Amino acid sequence: MPSDRPTPRRLSRKATGGDRVFEIGARAVGATVLVITGGIGAFLAWQSVPTLSRYGWGFFTESAWQPEADVLGIGAVLVGTVSIAGVAMFFAFPLALLTALYISEYAPAGVRPTLVSLVDLMAAVPSIIYGMWGYFLVMPHAAAFSLWLHQHLGWIPLFSVEADPNAAVWDQTRYIGSAFCAGIAVAMMVLPMSCAVMRQVFSQTPPGEKEAALALGATRWGMIRSVVLPFGRGGIIGGTMLGLGRALGETIAVLLIISPDFVVKPRILEVGTNSVSALIAGRFGDASAAQLSALLTAGFVLFLITLVVNTLAAVIVSRSRSGAGTDA
Amino acid sequence: MSTPTSTTQERVKVATHLPHRALDAPPPVPRPGLGRPTAEEQFTTVGAWVSAFALAWVITQRLLPLGGVAWLLVVWFVLGLLMSAVTTSLTGRRVDVIDRVVSGIVTSGAVVVGAALVSAVVFVVFRGWEPLMHLNFFVDDMSGVGPRDPFDRGGIGHAILGSAIQLGIAVAVTLPLGIGTAVFMTEVGGRFGVVVRTIVEAMTALPSIVAGLFVYTVLIVAFGFPRSGFAAAMALSVMMLPIIARAADVVLRVVPGGLREASLALGASRWRTVWHVVLPTARPGLATALILGVARGVGETSPVLLTSGVATFYVTNPTDGVMNSLPLYIFKGARSPEAMDIERAFAAATVLLVLVLVLFVIARLVARPARARPPRRTPRAKPVPSQES
Repeated sequence: MPSDRPTPRRLSRKATGGDRVFEIGARAVGATVLVITGGIGAFLAWQSVPTLSRYGWGFFTESAWQPEADVLGIGAVLVGTVSIAGVAMFFAFPLALLTALYISEYAPAGVRPTLVSLVDLMAAVPSIIYGMWGYFLVMPHAAAFSLWLHQHLGWIPLFSVEADPNAAVWDQTRYIGSAFCAGIAVAMMVLPMSCAVMRQVFSQTPPGEKEAALALGATRWGMIRSVVLPFGRGGIIGGTMLGLGRALGETIAVLLIISPDFVVKPRILEVGTNSVSALIAGRFGDASAAQLSALLTAGFVLFLITLVVNTLAAVIVSRSRSGAGTDA
Repeated sequence: MSTPTSTTQERVKVATHLPHRALDAPPPVPRPGLGRPTAEEQFTTVGAWVSAFALAWVITQRLLPLGGVAWLLVVWFVLGLLMSAVTTSLTGRRVDVIDRVVSGIVTSGAVVVGAALVSAVVFVVFRGWEPLMHLNFFVDDMSGVGPRDPFDRGGIGHAILGSAIQLGIAVAVTLPLGIGTAVFMTEVGGRFGVVVRTIVEAMTALPSIVAGLFVYTVLIVAFGFPRSGFAAAMALSVMMLPIIARAADVVLRVVPGGLREASLALGASRWRTVWHVVLPTARPGLATALILGVARGVGETSPVLLTSGVATFYVTNPTDGVMNSLPLYIFKGARSPEAMDIERAFAAATVLLVLVLVLFVIARLVARPARARPPRRTPRAKPVPSQES
């Protein structure tokens, strides 16, 4: 029985013809990149299996790296990595926060774009240049400062050095190449990165609320404390963690500055420390297959740590940005 | 509805009265800025810091045994805060004092960062000045040049060429793949697209040394490939690919959806829409992503250190043996015990710095048109239809 009502046209979301080719092509490119990038992670994980099954949990606690004695472990380098990153964040966090506040709240509006570009440029400067800056310019001064810290705060285990603080001629070689010196150079590297994130979040503060605070009689600091900082809290935390992720993975500046050493020590001012990335850069050349696997495991551990830190940072930053949509 | 009265009423309703300024009226005087400090405030701010400097000089250089610039600066900072607190408390209340002190701290922090940046740049340029004065430094290679030879022999031409070749290969690999992935993630998407985006974002966390170690293990150890410019380019690609893909993804996502829909509604295929509408709209942003990726890649030392090896002569074939590059040359020079080598390394660092600066300025200039117009997002929800329709 023929119905007089027209039957609805069948709609299909399925691509046909050229569109189908495009979709398949794009999918193929995506799959290729997925295989390449994901392949690295999978490869690192796969290479870690023999090392981890050979050394077990001792790989994380053993501090020595003596392939000839079949004793391998990343305990010392993990501690060194964390202490270098800790020193870097100790310097980078307050300076990044202050600079971001200055650019977004204090600087005259005319020079603001220039300052923003300068911070971006600072982030683009290669790490080898900060490494040379840290090694040739800063390290002698950092060593002198280390001596002063040792003399006056040496009773704190963090600042103690195995040397005589009050020697007539101070032994500079005990104070250079330390986690402290490397941390300063790494701080220069991560500072612009955290600063850029913080500034971006600060600049998204709803202007209405800022003006409301000022209209109620708040001083500029009052306005910052009650509006800008609470609003930008996610950006502060996220930017710091992004910087931390970068600081943990930094290689070349650290390699240039430190004197490699495989001892777990909390004494950040003393000569000799190491980081995972510097260990890889220093030991890959003469590594046998087994040691290469151990180095890859160390790299995998480093990758996992930075991945966790970066992912947390990204989540925190994006959550803080989602609040930016609630301006009235 | 179309009676003349209602039209006039509507017209009255929508008419806007623009204020007219008399042509011969004097130009409007800019209002004094409400937030601008008065002369007295400026005097207390500046005067406090000037007097603090004088006091700090007396204290550190004359009274106490604290000679040296470091102590002067530290004491100046502390005294400056103290002085501004005291001068402000003469006229203001507690909140004003805190405000002034915090503003001093914030400004000092920014000045410290600026000083550190300037010191790094000036120091590198200053130490590397002498070799740069010889033109052969830019075109010659270091073959047969000893560490104590004068600066009019030898140069870093081979390192510059090596960097250019390696980056060229890396860009040729990463640009199509990175932008293709970004197109896939934004234009096709789906569940698989989410997986790809997650993995790509995760891989941006890969430390560059691990990328280098990966290529070293796979290409050089497992496949028996020689250490070469090609291997270095692969290491750089592995590192740059997630960066470029992610940056391009961000740029493509802010292309207005209306443009895509308009193109599709006119009957264009999806490929033509991407090629003629989406990519041209995002071109400045894509160029910026590429240039920033290159600026990052040109200074990356650790992947190159593992994969390329050091040559002292011109190498043009990237698959044939060791090849030097700019960051590697700097690194080797900086670790050398010879003073002349270190000086050459500083000169090469200056070249690298200028290169990064130029790339950065180009990126800024390219990105400017996109910056001039406000970034438009595709609306998340449809706006509520207005009532009068």
